[in-house]
Amino acid sequence: MRRVISAVASAAALALAVTACGGGTSSESAAPAKSVAPAEVSGEITWWDTSDATKEGPAFQDLIKDFQAKYPKIKVNYVNVPFGEAQNKYKTAAQSGSGAPDVLRTEVGWVAEFASLGYLQPLDGTPAVDKADDFLPGPASAGKYNGKTYAVPQVTDTLGLLYNKQLLSKAGVEVPKTFDELKQAALTIKQKTGVDGLALNVDSYFLLPFIYGEGGDLLNVDTKKITVASPESVKGVAVVEDLIKSGAVGKPAVSDSYVTAETAFKEGKAAMIFNGPWANTDNLAGKVFKDDPDNFGVAPVPAGSVKAAAPTGGHTYSIYAGSKNIPASELFVQFMASADSQAKIAGSLGLLPTRTSAYDMPAATANPMVGVWKTVMDTAVSRPWIPEQGQLFAPLLEGYQNIVTGKADSKAAMDAVAKKYSELLKGWSL
Amino acid sequence: MATPVVTGTAAGGDARGRARHDRAAKSGPLSRHWYAWAMVLPVVVVTLVLVGYPLVRGVALSLTDATEANMGRTIGVNVIPSTYEFIGLKNYTGALASDEFRGRFIWTIIWTICCVGLHYLLGLGLAMMLNRPMRFRAIYRVFLVLPWAVPSFVSIFIWRYLLNGEFGVINGMLRDVGLPAIGWLDDPTMAKISVIAINVWLGVPFMMLAILGGLQAIPGELYEAAEMDGASAFQRFRHITLPGLRPVSSTVVLLGTIWTFNQFAVIWLATQGGPGGETNILVTEAYRLAFQGIRDYAKSASWGILILIILSVMAVVYRRALRRHGEVW
Repeated sequence: MRRVISAVASAAALALAVTACGGGTSSESAAPAKSVAPAEVSGEITWWDTSDATKEGPAFQDLIKDFQAKYPKIKVNYVNVPFGEAQNKYKTAAQSGSGAPDVLRTEVGWVAEFASLGYLQPLDGTPAVDKADDFLPGPASAGKYNGKTYAVPQVTDTLGLLYNKQLLSKAGVEVPKTFDELKQAALTIKQKTGVDGLALNVDSYFLLPFIYGEGGDLLNVDTKKITVASPESVKGVAVVEDLIKSGAVGKPAVSDSYVTAETAFKEGKAAMIFNGPWANTDNLAGKVFKDDPDNFGVAPVPAGSVKAAAPTGGHTYSIYAGSKNIPASELFVQFMASADSQAKIAGSLGLLPTRTSAYDMPAATANPMVGVWKTVMDTAVSRPWIPEQGQLFAPLLEGYQNIVTGKADSKAAMDAVAKKYSELLKGWSL
Repeated sequence: MATPVVTGTAAGGDARGRARHDRAAKSGPLSRHWYAWAMVLPVVVVTLVLVGYPLVRGVALSLTDATEANMGRTIGVNVIPSTYEFIGLKNYTGALASDEFRGRFIWTIIWTICCVGLHYLLGLGLAMMLNRPMRFRAIYRVFLVLPWAVPSFVSIFIWRYLLNGEFGVINGMLRDVGLPAIGWLDDPTMAKISVIAINVWLGVPFMMLAILGGLQAIPGELYEAAEMDGASAFQRFRHITLPGLRPVSSTVVLLGTIWTFNQFAVIWLATQGGPGGETNILVTEAYRLAFQGIRDYAKSASWGILILIILSVMAVVYRRALRRHGEVW
């Protein structure tokens, strides 16, 4: 029965790790010395990149080479951490005070949580925040918590409707602009070409355009109200339920949903998909787009009865508060988030810059994807940047899966999600 | 086996105290067995540090409302004070009253019974087959142990791709022979069957090896004598094999139950608890509580303690039942 004990022990070991190593490192010695000129700053910093290691990582590594050429006294250790693992890995390291990277590529939804937990270094008035007016307001707001800046925007994104031009013209349908047109188009494509009209990725984030389109949202931050089960939100979710039940989309996969839907789209087994610019390189390497990049179409998400809207996503650079090389980290963030660097990334990967000036730079305009996605960004709306943001998606995913498997209808599923939210968010009303 | 560890240390302290007193008499247990105590000491210390302290700490945490947000820490310029409080048994009453806990508990029991039952039956069948002389026996044994030799996360990932609804090999074969594809991991009931199948595949080799060992320990003369007396094959199995296996069976079934009850890897890697949280067992749900969003240490610790209590009660009942059948261990 020693195993029994160790089962609990492992649950408790967490707690041990938390408290036992909580104190320790203080960065007093690393307080920014204002008199040191940037070129004289030295140190060794670690950067955790969460981008696609094989398709996107090399472009960022090229930028690091440029940085080291400019600041030879700073050594940068590049570590690629898979996006799905990064949040937990970072929190464990940040809390224990050892092993956390100096700089993290932080998803916009994580900033408020990390900042509220005290993991991030405030950046106002440091070299890290350079030409703040140049940043787009949406991404810049995601880097702030309680009025202080904790993260500098790296890239921004949103969801769009990606489509296979050949399949759409073969079925004789236009790019759908509303949810009704989407359903009709999907049915027609299925009937005329035999492939699925739309590949659904059963994930909370990808449900948001439907909820937004009918005027719903997960939360209303101003009135501290949980609105995920409001009539508008339920109406949006019901659109998805109807797409599945009417046969407009094939029964979507619940496990490995993202990969399954993406594979169907890039192999030509589905004509449309909701996805973001981060999938550009992945999609363009697919069977039906590899030799014919013009076949790849991007449009704003279709509109519901209220509007066409998709969530604002993206990534930022944040600095660990316990870092021993804060001045070097600040210079690194400044360099990586500069208009020049952003334009280079946009040019090579088709990711969207967060600086207004970067959009007009030749390096960025060289990639046609940037111009295409820029128009899609008009439909992006801000998400609630609250510390509990990261917890909102798991209950919603469970609800979405229950709709897909037929265990609950939209109303029942969203009511259950709202109940979970009311346990998570103390002081919010239903 | 948990209790001996605890009583062992108590006895150690006792013995030490008594030794001082007994030294004059020159016959105390410590002076007589000092060497044995010295040899045991490192194990006792390591066990106390690795098991005892975290366990006590876990119990203490489960009586508070500690989360990642309210536990004190200092990170660089950010100093956060501790603000968590003692709240008594609220975490326990909350968990026991919740539908979540009840639902996960029922499924965990079903999962454990199905897995251990199939492990034992299949393991027994294969062991019986391998126990008789045949050609290439060594090769069969190697193949049958293979699932156990491959790191389990590798096997689970392979299974996940085999079972993928759209691009999986199994559905591909079904489609090729004109059958409809099955949502192996996409439908709640099928997902439950799938995770049980994966775990059975992973667990049978251990059972088979353990039982094979037990079979080889049964003296052959017993079978010969029974055959002389005209016992049928079934009678020999019923009255010689099964009783002869009992010491091994009782141990491996108990071990298997505990492992399966806490089989985190299979559930988490195959389905992440989905679809709709339907395949989450108690440990994966406790992990979700601890690692999703702002970590809830108190609540997950209380779930951990509850799992410990359930398993301890089960082990005690099991031992009682065995003792009633004349088993001594």
